[in-house]
Amino acid sequence: MTEEKLISQQAQIFEPNWKRWLNTLGPLLALLLVYGVIAVRAPSSFTTIRNLETIARQTTIVGMAALGMTLIIISGGIDLSVGSIVALSTAVIAWLLQKAGAGPLTAALGGVAAGALCGLMNGVLITALRVVPFIVTLGMMLVIRGTAIGIGNEQKIDVDIERLKWLDELMASLPKEQAWMLLPVGVWLLIIMAAAVAFLLRYTRLGRHIFAIGSNEETARLCGVSVWRVKVIVFMLGGAFAGLAGLMQFSRLTVGDPTVAKGLELDVIAAVVIGGGSLSGGEGSILGTIVGALIMTVIASGCTQMGVPIFWQQIITGVIIIVAVALDRLRHRRSA
Amino acid sequence: MAERVEPGTSDMRLRMAGVSKRFGATIALQDVTIEAAPGSVLALVGENGAGKSTLMKVLSGAIKPDAGKMWLDGQPYRPGNPLDARRAGVAMIYQELSLAPHLTVEENIMLGMEPSVLGIVRWNQVRRRAVEAIREFRNPELTPRARVSRLSVGSQQLVEIARALAIGCRVLVLDEPTSSLTRQDVERLFDIIDRLKEQGKAVVYISHFIEEVKRVADKITVLRDGRVAGNSDVASITTDQIIAQMVGRQVEDLYPRSKRYPGQVILDVEKLAGLEKPVSAGLKLRRGEVLGIAGLIGAGRTELLRCIFGLDPVRSGKIKLGLYTGPASPVKRWAQGAGILSEDRKEEGLALELSISDNMTLSRLEGFGPFGMVIPSRQDKAARRWIHKLGIRCRTPRQSVQSLSGGNQQRVALARLLQHGVDVLLLDEPTRGIDVAAKAVIYKLIDELACAHPPKAVLMVSSYLPELLGVCDRIAVMCRGRLGPTYDITEVDEHSLMTEATGQSSGLLTEETNK
Repeated sequence: MTEEKLISQQAQIFEPNWKRWLNTLGPLLALLLVYGVIAVRAPSSFTTIRNLETIARQTTIVGMAALGMTLIIISGGIDLSVGSIVALSTAVIAWLLQKAGAGPLTAALGGVAAGALCGLMNGVLITALRVVPFIVTLGMMLVIRGTAIGIGNEQKIDVDIERLKWLDELMASLPKEQAWMLLPVGVWLLIIMAAAVAFLLRYTRLGRHIFAIGSNEETARLCGVSVWRVKVIVFMLGGAFAGLAGLMQFSRLTVGDPTVAKGLELDVIAAVVIGGGSLSGGEGSILGTIVGALIMTVIASGCTQMGVPIFWQQIITGVIIIVAVALDRLRHRRSA
Repeated sequence: MAERVEPGTSDMRLRMAGVSKRFGATIALQDVTIEAAPGSVLALVGENGAGKSTLMKVLSGAIKPDAGKMWLDGQPYRPGNPLDARRAGVAMIYQELSLAPHLTVEENIMLGMEPSVLGIVRWNQVRRRAVEAIREFRNPELTPRARVSRLSVGSQQLVEIARALAIGCRVLVLDEPTSSLTRQDVERLFDIIDRLKEQGKAVVYISHFIEEVKRVADKITVLRDGRVAGNSDVASITTDQIIAQMVGRQVEDLYPRSKRYPGQVILDVEKLAGLEKPVSAGLKLRRGEVLGIAGLIGAGRTELLRCIFGLDPVRSGKIKLGLYTGPASPVKRWAQGAGILSEDRKEEGLALELSISDNMTLSRLEGFGPFGMVIPSRQDKAARRWIHKLGIRCRTPRQSVQSLSGGNQQRVALARLLQHGVDVLLLDEPTRGIDVAAKAVIYKLIDELACAHPPKAVLMVSSYLPELLGVCDRIAVMCRGRLGPTYDITEVDEHSLMTEATGQSSGLLTEETNK
């Protein structure tokens, strides 16, 4: 074994640099490839600036939730309650606006806080009960969904237009006079948050600790990392980002819908995994995740414009998930 | 099933001749020839990277040589893959056992070759053949229905050997078989090897422990840098000669020992008890000294270090570390100036996918940038210092630790303690499974730490007595969870330590009076 490693170690000296570039930029190249293929086939409306904006807007909800999921997956966990948190967040925002008479900012923060609280519970249950994240968040998925439906009294919560103020503009296409903003506020928020999380992962102790726990929890413990604290923080951030995704969802629907975003967690996990995240932890990147989310939206958008039936979209997305991960494994086997 | 052949009177059971293998620009094996007679044990020794594992991979069909031929009992032998090799009667038993822990002993032994009719397993036959295979071992723990996960490591290894016997192997390769065995299990294993010899099997025995090799082997082949460096009868070669062949030079001062000046007590442990182990342990560790803890595997030495460091819960007793009294979490222990090196660098010591820099700096990420930021290039700078100081072979500090050899990995794990700047080093088996060159670096480092300004304190657990005697100033022996009195290095030798470790001496009885 050791000789092999020494040898591969020496072989790597001659390994060209472009290979390492390829590893980091792999998902990005895949995105360009998918976009290019569709651009050739699809009607010209696909390549318009307007459609690019639409794609960006459509990516925002999954992308926002996927930021938190990236942290969770790098730390070696998983969160199945994301879709439910999004629904709860929309319900809480609508309830605050309509029933509690809160202002838009209070309501928005309330939605995010509700998400963070759910994440906190996930984290505390996982570390205190020592039950694996899969099971805890599977349970919480139902608990949170139930709570959301309870808040809405088993109905959608409608909000009067005049109470919304700016809340319905976050995700809307920009009107002419605001064209200088280039992208809607919600998309900017995603970009800023993505940059912030990428910074957190790369340049902070918390970020290094998240990678260490995902790579080897025992080592992290041995090195004096407070493993339970990091995990609770990570799940709380995951919940908060899901709450933020809920805000985006609400902005799009302008209604508190407790039944919305069913199965969203799978799209979110898929985005992270396509982007190079490893479900066994220790690997993943924000750039990859965002690209992963974009790939899925581009396919959806392209298929719609080409008139490809929905079922084909699902089949194609499924195939891409498997191929992406298989390619990743192949790369690992080479470099291991 | 056993054909009896007198050693030396017939052809070789196994012969590999002129085996060469290159990986890119690297020569892994060059013109290597080894032979093993029926009913004999051939020891294969060499530093890590000398080519032992590659040679065994060629033998097991896992890789194909560029040149060279192999024969089994005079018949040409060309395995295409490991399954071919098994069918031809070449069985490998690796350091990491490959058993299914949830299955029973008999299921494991017959795994993959269950006698069946129309896909339905004939359990009575399975049992009969399994019983046949394990009867020889006369080990009461080994019953056909026992779950493998419940067995000791030594017994698990026997299950693997039984599996090899059940397929009717002619050549048995044992790769570092004793590294995780207790003394009794090692003796038991040697007995079994003797019996395999009587049955005419050829055994290829790979080990770092030269004393062990001299005890069990008939012939010894030393590999160095992919070539055969020596080939001799075990009876006619000394340990020093073997080491000289392995490293290609005389090892004069494997254990450097500068003049040491023990200072004040920095770690004071009294009647410490954990949940199961340790039962009772007391020691005083001073700055500027190396205190060794000897004992058998399972005596509770690792647990003692883990209790001190807060990795395992403490039930009772007193720990005083510097100015701090009482048990504490690992987070606090690092802050108090103590650091621990795990015995298991793969499972616990290192985050294998992470980089050398990250692993070295993980325990202390302060000071790598403004506002508590951690700037990777500054981590690398810190790491480079230790890479240079400890002679770690790597391309860049960003390289993942899993691509390093065992010896280099261990240096990375040790560098973490140095980077943190700890005063008390708890080292658990610091040289397990690494080559002589890496061992020499670590021994030298321990000596330097004990003589540094200000001097550090080192508490070191090892199962390798010559190493403890070479490195430590004082030694205590742990037996069944109890730590015996501390002796000055001049008062003990291997024999007395082993006697106490196996619970045969009065050390156990006087333990209570010692604090």
